[in-house]
Amino acid sequence: MAAFELDFTLEQGEFTLTFTVNVESRALALFGPSGSGKTSALEAVAGLRSPRRGRIAVNGHVLFDSERHINTAVRHRRTGYVPQDILLFPHLNVRENVTYGLREGNRPDLRVLVDLLELSTLMDRRVGSLSGGERQRVAMARALYSGPDVLLLDEPLAAVDLPRRRRIVDALLGIRDELSVPLIYVTHLPEEALTVADWAVLIDNGRIAASGSPRDVMPSD
Amino acid sequence: MSAEIRDIAIFTTLAALAATAVMLVPGVAVAWVLARREFPGKSVVETVVSLPLVMPPVATGLLLLWLFSRRGPIGGLLARAGIEVVFTPAAVVMAMAVMGLPLLVRTARAGFEQVTRRYEQIAETLGAGPWRVFSTVTLPLAARNILAGAMLGFSRALGEFGATIVVAGSIPGRTRTLAVGIYSFTETGQDRQAAILLAISVSIAFIAVLASNRLAKQT
Repeated sequence: MAAFELDFTLEQGEFTLTFTVNVESRALALFGPSGSGKTSALEAVAGLRSPRRGRIAVNGHVLFDSERHINTAVRHRRTGYVPQDILLFPHLNVRENVTYGLREGNRPDLRVLVDLLELSTLMDRRVGSLSGGERQRVAMARALYSGPDVLLLDEPLAAVDLPRRRRIVDALLGIRDELSVPLIYVTHLPEEALTVADWAVLIDNGRIAASGSPRDVMPSD
Repeated sequence: MSAEIRDIAIFTTLAALAATAVMLVPGVAVAWVLARREFPGKSVVETVVSLPLVMPPVATGLLLLWLFSRRGPIGGLLARAGIEVVFTPAAVVMAMAVMGLPLLVRTARAGFEQVTRRYEQIAETLGAGPWRVFSTVTLPLAARNILAGAMLGFSRALGEFGATIVVAGSIPGRTRTLAVGIYSFTETGQDRQAAILLAISVSIAFIAVLASNRLAKQT
Protein backbone atom coordinates (compact mmCIF):
# COMPACT_ATOMS: atom_id res chain seq x y z
CA MET A 1 0.00 0.00 0.00
CA ALA A 2 1.39 3.40 -0.93
CA ALA A 3 0.24 6.90 -0.09
CA PHE A 4 0.01 8.79 -3.38
CA GLU A 5 -0.13 12.59 -3.28
CA LEU A 6 -0.58 13.55 -6.91
CA ASP A 7 -1.74 17.12 -7.10
CA PHE A 8 -0.34 19.11 -10.02
CA THR A 9 -1.00 21.18 -13.11
CA LEU A 10 0.97 20.36 -16.24
CA GLU A 11 1.02 22.45 -19.39
CA GLN A 12 2.03 21.22 -22.84
CA GLY A 13 1.45 23.90 -25.44
CA GLU A 14 -2.31 24.46 -25.59
CA PHE A 15 -3.08 21.41 -23.47
CA THR A 16 -3.41 21.65 -19.69
CA LEU A 17 -3.65 18.67 -17.38
CA THR A 18 -5.09 19.30 -13.93
CA PHE A 19 -4.56 16.26 -11.73
CA THR A 20 -5.65 15.85 -8.11
CA VAL A 21 -5.53 12.41 -6.52
CA ASN A 22 -4.65 11.81 -2.87
CA VAL A 23 -5.18 8.17 -2.09
CA GLU A 24 -3.72 5.12 -0.43
CA SER A 25 -3.55 2.38 -3.00
CA ARG A 26 -1.70 -0.78 -4.07
CA ALA A 27 -2.54 -0.27 -7.73
CA LEU A 28 -3.86 2.93 -9.25
CA ALA A 29 -5.32 2.78 -12.76
CA LEU A 30 -5.39 5.86 -14.98
CA PHE A 31 -8.17 5.36 -17.46
CA GLY A 32 -9.53 7.48 -20.30
CA PRO A 33 -9.57 8.18 -24.03
CA SER A 34 -6.35 8.74 -25.96
CA GLY A 35 -5.06 12.29 -25.71
CA SER A 36 -6.75 12.80 -22.34
CA GLY A 37 -3.42 13.24 -20.47
CA LYS A 38 -2.86 9.78 -18.92
CA THR A 39 0.70 9.34 -20.20
CA SER A 40 1.57 12.93 -19.30
CA ALA A 41 0.45 12.26 -15.72
CA LEU A 42 2.65 9.17 -15.56
CA GLU A 43 5.62 11.04 -17.00
CA ALA A 44 5.15 13.84 -14.47
CA VAL A 45 5.51 11.28 -11.66
CA ALA A 46 8.62 9.80 -13.36
CA GLY A 47 10.08 13.32 -13.69
CA LEU A 48 10.15 13.29 -17.49
CA ARG A 49 7.76 16.26 -17.54
CA SER A 50 7.81 19.17 -15.13
CA PRO A 51 4.45 20.42 -13.83
CA ARG A 52 3.87 24.17 -13.68
CA ARG A 53 2.75 23.89 -10.07
CA GLY A 54 1.73 21.37 -7.46
CA ARG A 55 3.08 18.50 -5.38
CA ILE A 56 3.92 14.88 -6.17
CA ALA A 57 4.88 12.50 -3.35
CA VAL A 58 4.89 8.75 -2.86
CA ASN A 59 4.84 7.52 0.75
CA GLY A 60 5.96 10.98 1.86
CA HIS A 61 8.99 10.93 -0.50
CA VAL A 62 8.54 14.30 -2.21
CA LEU A 63 9.33 14.13 -5.92
CA PHE A 64 8.02 17.56 -6.84
CA ASP A 65 6.81 20.51 -4.81
CA SER A 66 6.56 23.87 -6.54
CA GLU A 67 6.08 25.81 -3.29
CA ARG A 68 9.21 24.32 -1.74
CA HIS A 69 11.11 24.44 -5.07
CA ILE A 70 11.70 20.70 -5.03
CA ASN A 71 12.06 18.89 -8.34
CA THR A 72 13.88 15.63 -7.61
CA ALA A 73 16.19 14.50 -10.43
CA VAL A 74 14.81 11.59 -12.45
CA ARG A 75 17.58 9.25 -11.32
CA HIS A 76 16.84 9.89 -7.64
CA ARG A 77 13.05 9.44 -7.84
CA ARG A 78 12.98 5.66 -7.44
CA THR A 79 10.16 5.40 -9.93
CA GLY A 80 10.38 2.40 -12.23
CA TYR A 81 8.95 3.37 -15.60
CA VAL A 82 7.82 1.11 -18.43
CA PRO A 83 6.73 3.29 -21.37
CA GLN A 84 4.23 2.10 -23.94
CA ASP A 85 6.99 1.67 -26.53
CA ILE A 86 8.95 -0.35 -23.92
CA LEU A 87 12.39 0.84 -25.13
CA LEU A 88 14.60 -2.05 -24.15
CA PHE A 89 18.22 -1.08 -24.79
CA PRO A 90 18.82 -2.61 -28.25
CA HIS A 91 22.58 -3.10 -27.79
CA LEU A 92 22.19 -5.14 -24.58
CA ASN A 93 20.81 -8.66 -24.16
CA VAL A 94 17.95 -9.49 -21.81
CA ARG A 95 20.18 -10.11 -18.76
CA GLU A 96 22.09 -6.86 -19.33
CA ASN A 97 18.83 -4.95 -19.73
CA VAL A 98 17.32 -6.41 -16.56
CA THR A 99 20.42 -5.73 -14.44
CA TYR A 100 21.07 -2.24 -15.82
CA GLY A 101 19.76 -0.47 -12.69
CA LEU A 102 22.46 0.02 -10.11
CA ARG A 103 20.53 1.17 -7.07
CA GLU A 104 21.12 -0.67 -3.85
CA GLY A 105 18.51 -0.92 -1.15
CA ASN A 106 15.13 -2.52 -1.64
CA ARG A 107 15.87 -4.13 -5.01
CA PRO A 108 14.25 -7.55 -5.35
CA ASP A 109 16.33 -10.68 -5.70
CA LEU A 110 17.10 -11.36 -9.36
CA ARG A 111 16.01 -15.02 -9.11
CA VAL A 112 12.66 -14.00 -7.64
CA LEU A 113 12.12 -11.57 -10.52
CA VAL A 114 13.16 -14.11 -13.13
CA ASP A 115 10.72 -16.67 -11.70
CA LEU A 116 7.86 -14.21 -11.25
CA LEU A 117 8.15 -12.83 -14.78
CA GLU A 118 9.09 -16.18 -16.37
CA LEU A 119 12.35 -14.95 -17.86
CA SER A 120 14.63 -17.94 -17.19
CA THR A 121 14.76 -19.04 -20.85
CA LEU A 122 15.09 -15.48 -22.14
CA MET A 123 18.05 -14.17 -20.15
CA ASP A 124 20.72 -14.67 -22.83
CA ARG A 125 18.52 -13.70 -25.79
CA ARG A 126 18.99 -10.53 -27.80
CA VAL A 127 16.08 -8.14 -27.26
CA GLY A 128 15.37 -7.89 -30.99
CA SER A 129 14.22 -11.52 -31.02
CA LEU A 130 11.57 -11.13 -28.29
CA SER A 131 7.79 -11.09 -28.76
CA GLY A 132 5.67 -8.18 -27.53
CA GLY A 133 4.73 -9.97 -24.30
CA GLU A 134 8.32 -11.02 -23.63
CA ARG A 135 9.54 -7.49 -24.16
CA GLN A 136 6.94 -6.21 -21.74
CA ARG A 137 8.01 -8.70 -19.05
CA VAL A 138 11.70 -7.87 -19.54
CA ALA A 139 10.96 -4.14 -19.27
CA MET A 140 9.01 -4.72 -16.05
CA ALA A 141 11.91 -6.76 -14.64
CA ARG A 142 14.39 -4.04 -15.63
CA ALA A 143 12.33 -1.37 -13.88
CA LEU A 144 11.79 -3.53 -10.77
CA TYR A 145 15.45 -4.54 -10.44
CA SER A 146 16.32 -0.87 -9.92
CA GLY A 147 14.44 -1.09 -6.59
CA PRO A 148 11.65 1.41 -7.23
CA ASP A 149 9.20 2.73 -4.64
CA VAL A 150 6.49 2.63 -7.32
CA LEU A 151 6.21 1.02 -10.76
CA LEU A 152 4.75 3.19 -13.52
CA LEU A 153 3.36 1.34 -16.54
CA ASP A 154 1.95 2.85 -19.71
CA GLU A 155 -0.53 0.51 -21.41
CA PRO A 156 1.26 -2.70 -20.36
CA LEU A 157 -1.08 -4.86 -22.46
CA ALA A 158 -1.00 -2.75 -25.62
CA ALA A 159 1.81 -4.68 -27.36
CA VAL A 160 0.63 -8.09 -26.17
CA ASP A 161 -1.50 -10.60 -28.13
CA LEU A 162 -4.88 -11.32 -26.60
CA PRO A 163 -4.04 -14.94 -25.53
CA ARG A 164 -0.87 -13.80 -23.74
CA ARG A 165 -2.44 -10.92 -21.84
CA ARG A 166 -3.34 -13.16 -18.91
CA ARG A 167 0.39 -13.73 -18.22
CA ILE A 168 1.01 -10.00 -18.02
CA VAL A 169 -1.97 -9.48 -15.75
CA ASP A 170 -0.69 -12.31 -13.50
CA ALA A 171 2.74 -10.62 -13.49
CA LEU A 172 1.15 -7.33 -12.45
CA LEU A 173 -0.69 -9.08 -9.61
CA GLY A 174 2.56 -10.77 -8.55
CA ILE A 175 4.42 -7.45 -8.52
CA ARG A 176 1.64 -5.89 -6.48
CA ASP A 177 1.15 -8.75 -3.97
CA GLU A 178 4.40 -10.79 -3.81
CA LEU A 179 6.94 -8.01 -4.30
CA SER A 180 4.66 -5.41 -2.63
CA VAL A 181 5.62 -2.79 -5.21
CA PRO A 182 2.72 -0.37 -5.73
CA LEU A 183 1.65 0.34 -9.30
CA ILE A 184 0.36 3.30 -11.23
CA TYR A 185 -0.65 2.25 -14.70
CA VAL A 186 -2.31 3.70 -17.72
CA THR A 187 -4.88 1.55 -19.47
CA HIS A 188 -7.81 1.82 -21.79
CA LEU A 189 -9.05 -1.71 -21.00
CA PRO A 190 -11.72 -1.74 -18.26
CA GLU A 191 -11.25 -5.46 -17.47
CA GLU A 192 -7.52 -4.93 -16.84
CA ALA A 193 -8.27 -2.06 -14.48
CA LEU A 194 -10.92 -4.10 -12.67
CA THR A 195 -8.59 -7.08 -12.18
CA VAL A 196 -5.50 -5.27 -10.94
CA ALA A 197 -6.43 -1.84 -9.59
CA ASP A 198 -7.96 -0.97 -6.24
CA TRP A 199 -8.41 2.66 -7.28
CA ALA A 200 -9.25 4.08 -10.68
CA VAL A 201 -9.03 7.58 -12.05
CA LEU A 202 -10.95 8.50 -15.18
CA ILE A 203 -9.26 11.33 -17.07
CA ASP A 204 -10.98 13.22 -19.84
CA ASN A 205 -9.47 16.10 -21.78
CA GLY A 206 -6.93 17.02 -19.11
CA ARG A 207 -9.34 16.82 -16.16
CA ILE A 208 -10.31 14.14 -13.70
CA ALA A 209 -13.84 13.09 -14.60
CA ALA A 210 -14.16 10.47 -11.85
CA SER A 211 -12.03 8.91 -9.14
CA GLY A 212 -12.89 5.97 -6.89
CA SER A 213 -13.21 2.23 -6.74
CA PRO A 214 -12.75 0.67 -10.21
CA ARG A 215 -16.29 -0.79 -10.20
CA ASP A 216 -17.76 2.67 -9.64
CA VAL A 217 -15.53 4.48 -12.12
CA MET A 218 -15.27 2.00 -15.01
CA PRO A 219 -17.84 2.04 -17.79
CA SER A 220 -20.12 -0.96 -17.21
CA ASP A 221 -20.39 -2.08 -20.86
CA MET B 1 59.50 -0.46 -53.70
CA SER B 2 62.39 1.65 -52.44
CA ALA B 3 63.07 2.15 -48.73
CA GLU B 4 62.19 5.83 -49.10
CA ILE B 5 58.77 5.07 -50.57
CA ARG B 6 58.12 2.43 -47.92
CA ASP B 7 59.10 4.84 -45.15
CA ILE B 8 56.83 7.57 -46.54
CA ALA B 9 53.87 5.14 -46.67
CA ILE B 10 54.50 3.90 -43.13
CA PHE B 11 55.07 7.40 -41.73
CA THR B 12 51.90 8.75 -43.37
CA THR B 13 49.78 5.86 -42.10
CA LEU B 14 51.15 6.19 -38.56
CA ALA B 15 50.73 9.98 -38.60
CA ALA B 16 47.13 9.63 -39.83
CA LEU B 17 46.43 7.07 -37.09
CA ALA B 18 47.95 9.39 -34.48
CA ALA B 19 45.89 12.30 -35.84
CA THR B 20 42.74 10.17 -35.61
CA ALA B 21 43.56 9.29 -32.00
CA VAL B 22 44.22 12.96 -31.21
CA MET B 23 40.93 14.16 -32.74
CA LEU B 24 38.76 11.35 -31.33
CA VAL B 25 38.07 12.55 -27.77
CA PRO B 26 37.60 16.27 -28.54
CA GLY B 27 35.72 15.41 -31.74
CA VAL B 28 33.26 13.11 -29.97
CA ALA B 29 32.84 15.60 -27.12
CA VAL B 30 32.08 18.48 -29.52
CA ALA B 31 29.73 16.26 -31.55
CA TRP B 32 27.79 15.30 -28.40
CA VAL B 33 27.55 18.92 -27.21
CA LEU B 34 26.29 20.07 -30.62
CA ALA B 35 23.77 17.21 -30.79
CA ARG B 36 22.43 17.42 -27.25
CA ARG B 37 22.92 20.93 -25.84
CA GLU B 38 21.58 24.37 -26.64
CA PHE B 39 23.80 27.29 -25.61
CA PRO B 40 24.56 30.85 -26.69
CA GLY B 41 27.09 30.91 -29.51
CA LYS B 42 26.31 27.36 -30.65
CA SER B 43 26.15 28.44 -34.30
CA VAL B 44 29.60 30.05 -33.92
CA VAL B 45 31.03 26.76 -32.61
CA GLU B 46 29.35 24.86 -35.47
CA THR B 47 30.89 27.27 -37.99
CA VAL B 48 34.38 27.18 -36.47
CA VAL B 49 34.38 23.38 -36.42
CA SER B 50 33.37 23.25 -40.10
CA LEU B 51 35.80 25.97 -41.25
CA PRO B 52 38.65 23.60 -42.21
CA LEU B 53 36.24 21.89 -44.62
CA VAL B 54 35.69 25.02 -46.68
CA MET B 55 38.81 27.11 -46.08
CA PRO B 56 41.73 26.61 -48.45
CA PRO B 57 43.94 24.04 -46.64
CA VAL B 58 46.95 26.27 -47.27
CA ALA B 59 45.19 29.05 -45.34
CA THR B 60 44.50 26.67 -42.46
CA GLY B 61 48.20 25.70 -42.56
CA LEU B 62 49.21 29.35 -42.45
CA LEU B 63 46.98 29.92 -39.44
CA LEU B 64 48.54 26.91 -37.69
CA LEU B 65 52.01 28.18 -38.62
CA TRP B 66 51.21 31.54 -37.06
CA LEU B 67 49.79 29.95 -33.89
CA PHE B 68 52.60 27.42 -33.43
CA SER B 69 55.69 29.25 -34.67
CA ARG B 70 58.19 30.36 -32.03
CA ARG B 71 56.75 33.86 -32.10
CA GLY B 72 53.14 32.65 -32.14
CA PRO B 73 50.84 32.65 -29.10
CA ILE B 74 50.93 28.87 -28.58
CA GLY B 75 54.32 28.10 -30.16
CA GLY B 76 55.96 30.75 -27.94
CA LEU B 77 54.69 29.03 -24.80
CA LEU B 78 55.75 25.62 -26.08
CA ALA B 79 59.19 26.94 -27.06
CA ARG B 80 59.76 28.08 -23.49
CA ALA B 81 59.09 24.51 -22.40
CA GLY B 82 61.57 23.32 -25.02
CA ILE B 83 58.91 21.92 -27.36
CA GLU B 84 59.15 22.59 -31.10
CA VAL B 85 56.15 21.81 -33.28
CA VAL B 86 56.60 23.53 -36.62
CA PHE B 87 58.43 21.46 -39.26
CA THR B 88 58.41 18.36 -37.07
CA PRO B 89 56.37 15.13 -37.35
CA ALA B 90 54.13 16.60 -34.61
CA ALA B 91 53.18 19.38 -37.04
CA VAL B 92 52.15 16.74 -39.58
CA VAL B 93 49.88 15.06 -37.00
CA MET B 94 48.45 18.43 -35.93
CA ALA B 95 47.66 19.50 -39.51
CA MET B 96 46.05 16.12 -40.23
CA ALA B 97 43.96 16.26 -37.04
CA VAL B 98 42.70 19.79 -37.71
CA MET B 99 41.72 18.91 -41.27
CA GLY B 100 40.08 15.60 -40.31
CA LEU B 101 38.20 16.86 -37.27
CA PRO B 102 35.18 18.38 -39.11
CA LEU B 103 34.39 15.05 -40.79
CA LEU B 104 34.53 13.19 -37.50
CA VAL B 105 32.37 15.80 -35.74
CA ARG B 106 29.70 15.88 -38.45
CA THR B 107 29.37 12.10 -38.68
CA ALA B 108 29.46 11.52 -34.91
CA ARG B 109 26.93 14.32 -34.36
CA ALA B 110 24.51 12.65 -36.77
CA GLY B 111 25.02 9.45 -34.78
CA PHE B 112 24.19 11.13 -31.47
CA GLU B 113 21.13 12.79 -33.01
CA GLN B 114 19.85 9.37 -34.13
CA VAL B 115 19.93 8.06 -30.55
CA THR B 116 16.43 8.72 -29.28
CA ARG B 117 16.50 10.79 -26.11
CA ARG B 118 14.00 8.40 -24.54
CA TYR B 119 16.59 5.62 -24.16
CA GLU B 120 18.61 8.04 -22.08
CA GLN B 121 15.54 8.98 -20.03
CA ILE B 122 14.83 5.31 -19.30
CA ALA B 123 18.43 4.89 -18.11
CA GLU B 124 17.91 7.89 -15.80
CA THR B 125 14.76 6.34 -14.33
CA LEU B 126 16.90 3.28 -13.54
CA GLY B 127 19.21 5.45 -11.44
CA ALA B 128 21.99 6.15 -13.97
CA GLY B 129 23.86 9.45 -13.67
CA PRO B 130 24.94 11.53 -16.69
CA TRP B 131 28.27 9.75 -17.25
CA ARG B 132 26.73 6.27 -16.98
CA VAL B 133 23.93 7.26 -19.37
CA PHE B 134 26.51 8.55 -21.85
CA SER B 135 28.98 5.68 -21.58
CA THR B 136 26.48 2.79 -21.48
CA VAL B 137 23.61 4.04 -23.65
CA THR B 138 24.42 7.05 -25.82
CA LEU B 139 27.98 6.14 -26.82
CA PRO B 140 27.31 2.47 -27.71
CA LEU B 141 24.21 3.42 -29.72
CA ALA B 142 26.20 6.07 -31.64
CA ALA B 143 29.36 3.93 -31.89
CA ARG B 144 29.03 2.93 -35.53
CA ASN B 145 28.68 6.53 -36.62
CA ILE B 146 31.63 7.55 -34.47
CA LEU B 147 33.73 4.78 -36.01
CA ALA B 148 32.58 5.79 -39.49
CA GLY B 149 33.50 9.40 -38.67
CA ALA B 150 36.91 8.34 -37.40
CA MET B 151 37.51 6.40 -40.63
CA LEU B 152 36.54 9.47 -42.67
CA GLY B 153 38.82 11.65 -40.55
CA PHE B 154 41.62 9.11 -41.03
CA SER B 155 41.06 9.11 -44.81
CA ARG B 156 41.13 12.90 -44.88
CA ALA B 157 44.31 12.88 -42.79
CA LEU B 158 45.99 10.47 -45.21
CA GLY B 159 45.42 12.80 -48.14
CA GLU B 160 46.24 16.02 -46.31
CA PHE B 161 48.53 18.29 -48.34
CA GLY B 162 47.97 22.04 -48.15
CA ALA B 163 48.10 22.58 -44.40
CA THR B 164 50.86 19.98 -43.96
CA ILE B 165 53.28 21.50 -46.46
CA VAL B 166 52.91 24.95 -44.88
CA VAL B 167 53.25 23.94 -41.24
CA ALA B 168 55.48 20.85 -41.57
CA GLY B 169 57.24 21.26 -44.91
CA SER B 170 58.50 18.36 -47.02
CA ILE B 171 61.57 17.15 -45.17
CA PRO B 172 62.59 13.70 -46.48
CA GLY B 173 62.62 11.12 -43.70
CA ARG B 174 61.02 13.56 -41.24
CA THR B 175 57.81 15.22 -42.41
CA ARG B 176 57.27 13.98 -45.96
CA THR B 177 53.84 12.36 -46.36
CA LEU B 178 52.23 10.56 -49.31
CA ALA B 179 50.51 13.68 -50.65
CA VAL B 180 53.50 15.93 -50.08
CA GLY B 181 55.76 13.22 -51.56
CA ILE B 182 53.68 13.00 -54.74
CA TYR B 183 54.01 16.75 -55.16
CA SER B 184 57.74 16.82 -54.42
CA PHE B 185 58.54 13.87 -56.72
CA THR B 186 56.46 15.37 -59.54
CA GLU B 187 58.16 18.74 -59.12
CA THR B 188 61.59 17.13 -59.42
CA GLY B 189 60.64 14.92 -62.38
CA GLN B 190 60.64 11.63 -60.45
CA ASP B 191 57.41 10.48 -62.08
CA ARG B 192 57.83 6.76 -61.29
CA GLN B 193 58.21 7.46 -57.57
CA ALA B 194 55.19 9.78 -57.70
CA ALA B 195 53.13 7.10 -59.49
CA ILE B 196 53.94 4.49 -56.82
CA LEU B 197 52.92 6.90 -54.04
CA LEU B 198 49.75 7.67 -56.00
CA ALA B 199 48.87 3.97 -56.19
CA ILE B 200 49.48 3.54 -52.47
CA SER B 201 47.34 6.61 -51.67
CA VAL B 202 44.46 5.36 -53.81
CA SER B 203 44.59 1.89 -52.23
CA ILE B 204 44.60 3.10 -48.62
CA ALA B 205 41.93 5.76 -49.21
CA PHE B 206 39.71 3.28 -51.10
CA ILE B 207 39.81 0.78 -48.22
CA ALA B 208 39.20 3.48 -45.58
CA VAL B 209 36.22 5.05 -47.39
CA LEU B 210 34.72 1.64 -48.19
CA ALA B 211 34.93 0.65 -44.51
CA SER B 212 33.47 3.98 -43.42
CA ASN B 213 30.53 3.66 -45.83
CA ARG B 214 29.80 0.10 -44.72
CA LEU B 215 29.75 1.18 -41.09
CA ALA B 216 27.47 4.14 -41.81
CA LYS B 217 25.04 1.90 -43.76
CA GLN B 218 24.75 -0.51 -40.84
CA THR B 219 23.55 2.22 -38.46
